[in-house]
Amino acid sequence: MSPDSATIRRVPTGPARRGPIGAEPARKVAGQPGTDKGAVTHEGSEARIDARGIYYKTLNEQIREEMLNGAQTVILENVNGQRYIGGGLSGEDVRVVINGVPGNDLATFMTGPTLIVNENAQDGVANTMNRGLVVINGDAGDVLGYGMRGGRLYVRGDVGYRVGIHMKAYEDQRPAMVIGGKARDFFGEYMAGGELVLLGLGSDGKDIVGSYLGTGMHGGVIYVRGEVAEHQLGKEVSIAPLSAAEQSRVAELVGDFAGWMGLDAGEILERPFIKIFPYTHRPYGKLYAY
Amino acid sequence: MAEVTFTRPEFRVRIDKELCQQCGRCAHQCGWGVHKMDEETGYPVPDSSKCGACHRCVTFCPAQAILVEKNPLAYKHSDSFSPDLRKAVWRQAETGGVLLAGMGNDKPYLRIFDHLLLDACQVTNPSIDPLREPMELRTFLGRKPDKIEVEYVPDGNGSKPKLKTEMDRLLQIETPIVFGGMSYGSVSLNVHRSLAMAAKELGTLMNTGEGGLHADLQPYQDNIVVQCASGRFGVHADYLNAGCAVEIKIGQGAKPGIGGHLPGEKINEEVSVTRMIPQGTDALSPAPHHDIYSIEDLRQLIYALKEATGYKPVSVKIAAVHNVAAIASGVVRAGADIVYLDGFRGGTGAAPTVIRDHVGIPIELAISVVDQRLRDEGIRNRASVIAAGGIRSSADVAKAIALGADACAIGSALLVALGCHLCQKCHTGSCSWGICTQKPELTRRLDPEWGAERIVNLVTAWSHELAEILGALGVNAVESLRGSHERLRSLGLDQQTQEILGVKPAGIGH
Repeated sequence: MSPDSATIRRVPTGPARRGPIGAEPARKVAGQPGTDKGAVTHEGSEARIDARGIYYKTLNEQIREEMLNGAQTVILENVNGQRYIGGGLSGEDVRVVINGVPGNDLATFMTGPTLIVNENAQDGVANTMNRGLVVINGDAGDVLGYGMRGGRLYVRGDVGYRVGIHMKAYEDQRPAMVIGGKARDFFGEYMAGGELVLLGLGSDGKDIVGSYLGTGMHGGVIYVRGEVAEHQLGKEVSIAPLSAAEQSRVAELVGDFAGWMGLDAGEILERPFIKIFPYTHRPYGKLYAY
Repeated sequence: MAEVTFTRPEFRVRIDKELCQQCGRCAHQCGWGVHKMDEETGYPVPDSSKCGACHRCVTFCPAQAILVEKNPLAYKHSDSFSPDLRKAVWRQAETGGVLLAGMGNDKPYLRIFDHLLLDACQVTNPSIDPLREPMELRTFLGRKPDKIEVEYVPDGNGSKPKLKTEMDRLLQIETPIVFGGMSYGSVSLNVHRSLAMAAKELGTLMNTGEGGLHADLQPYQDNIVVQCASGRFGVHADYLNAGCAVEIKIGQGAKPGIGGHLPGEKINEEVSVTRMIPQGTDALSPAPHHDIYSIEDLRQLIYALKEATGYKPVSVKIAAVHNVAAIASGVVRAGADIVYLDGFRGGTGAAPTVIRDHVGIPIELAISVVDQRLRDEGIRNRASVIAAGGIRSSADVAKAIALGADACAIGSALLVALGCHLCQKCHTGSCSWGICTQKPELTRRLDPEWGAERIVNLVTAWSHELAEILGALGVNAVESLRGSHERLRSLGLDQQTQEILGVKPAGIGH
């Protein structure tokens, strides 16, 4: 007896899901006004966009459009969770000022511009960022500076988990991040280059950083203002005091950070820093049998 | 017992001294230093323990005086504890290290492709001769709309139809065969040059792998897919925009769930410039992307890449694992334009042998369950499916397409075309054929123009064969074969595998 194709095609792939489908075209999201643009006003080389209720794709198109038309500064008002602001943006001497809380992946793949956030930021800031400056005048979320290869990121307050993972440096491309407050677990994990500075301002005796600090780290350096217990360290790193050259490098980074934040750098630098660095730039060199 | 190894050479290299002209070419050609010229006698003295049977010396010996044979050394027989397993134990007892291997899984698992047979027309519904009639192999990869809306616009006396639906950008390929990702760093720059030139000439796509794009390849950008993997090597806005599409590499068939460790020895000056990391450092790719822990996170990266590239198509490469159908569904829902499935026979520049040989599932099963799942959920049109990992011939391509793939990607076959003899020593970085190495004296052995020509020849030949297969099936477009399980029959597969593949046993008609 020959089985018909209905019986032969009982393919056990799991329950079929029908109904609403997640991957709708990018513009059409419930409750979003779609392609409506934000109101823009111009003043000299400054453009001001009202981002209230504007869909992220449209908002980002508008930012690029204003810059192409010669705006040096784009000020965004009423930002509320729009993603990818500054994503892939390039250009020197251009600035985006964000009033409100931007969404995830701020400044992803960015090359050159300065982004100033006057409130908090969310996850994924400066993901794979190439060059430029991001200043956040509040707290920020998880996975900041993932794979960041250049530029600077300054955060006034606390940051979440997995910050500075796999930052890397190459020749004059040296990413640097200064965190004013505290950081959670996996700070600087897999780090391959660049500099992380953790100040722990306002930590009130709590731990400045979580566990697994610098796990898998094989390049770059982490400076922490205060103490870190042995159990917080990843097994590939150790602690040392700063050399004079490192001390002045920290002073330079903290000085710039404090300048943007309106803080007193001298006061911050009064407390001693420690250096966390990897034993080797080839942590798994002996893992394999050739 | 210091310095004693129990692992005896796998091959035996012999020089026929009657034929040998003492020219020393073998010593020069071998990347692993098997042949050393004896100053007194003038003959080469081979060290068989270093030989991988790559035939470089054999090919270039002008006197055909070299014989590479299997070492006939007998091992006490055990079906369970094979000599290979014993050797692995000895090497690990000696080194304490994880064993590495290159290329794909070489273990004797069931090769499903070899148990599938294609159909052909006889008498009724006549077959087509592709030499005299048009045969469409052109394929469009990317997201197709759920429905097409057309409006009629006035045109002189009457009206003409105009597409109203906004289409996503599609990738046009002239044959359903693209090149899989092989990074510069694992393979040489001349391999990348060969692939780029060939892709352009063939009207198909090469894939950079995760090692960045060398500046020399910028002119080929319309035929290049750039990869963004967990190490984010060489990934910057210019790089992302340097290709016609971006691929997020989540996994690889040869090492699902494993990151990559490109050893510092392979990071020379040029690789260092392209990967943007210092020379001599290990290039470590974490096992996961640490910004992707969920489908929502994947969606975030897909759209971050789209924002950064002006909405170019984004492909997501996943390894074929047990739950691949559900994962692929999530990938499509996350907004991927292409799902790239890599089966457990896929190649690698280096992977822990235990992972390469024991993790993942065959691509044939993955294609079938993914295609079916996407159809069941009504989202098959939202992404193209590329099948890779063990595609060895045009027959495999035809069978993969019949199982539901839009196109196939090949990698190992391309390297074999360039001279690779599957010696599986890619991870040593001393490839005598100049393919999987960064040593300048070896990489210059591969002339990119020659390489491109051989790849063009190979893919052109496979495309002709595909046309012949389609003609025999009585269809005139590769579209008509896609997902056509009815045109396949199984020979010697168990019933449940047949059900998963949606294929009837040979001997049963319609």
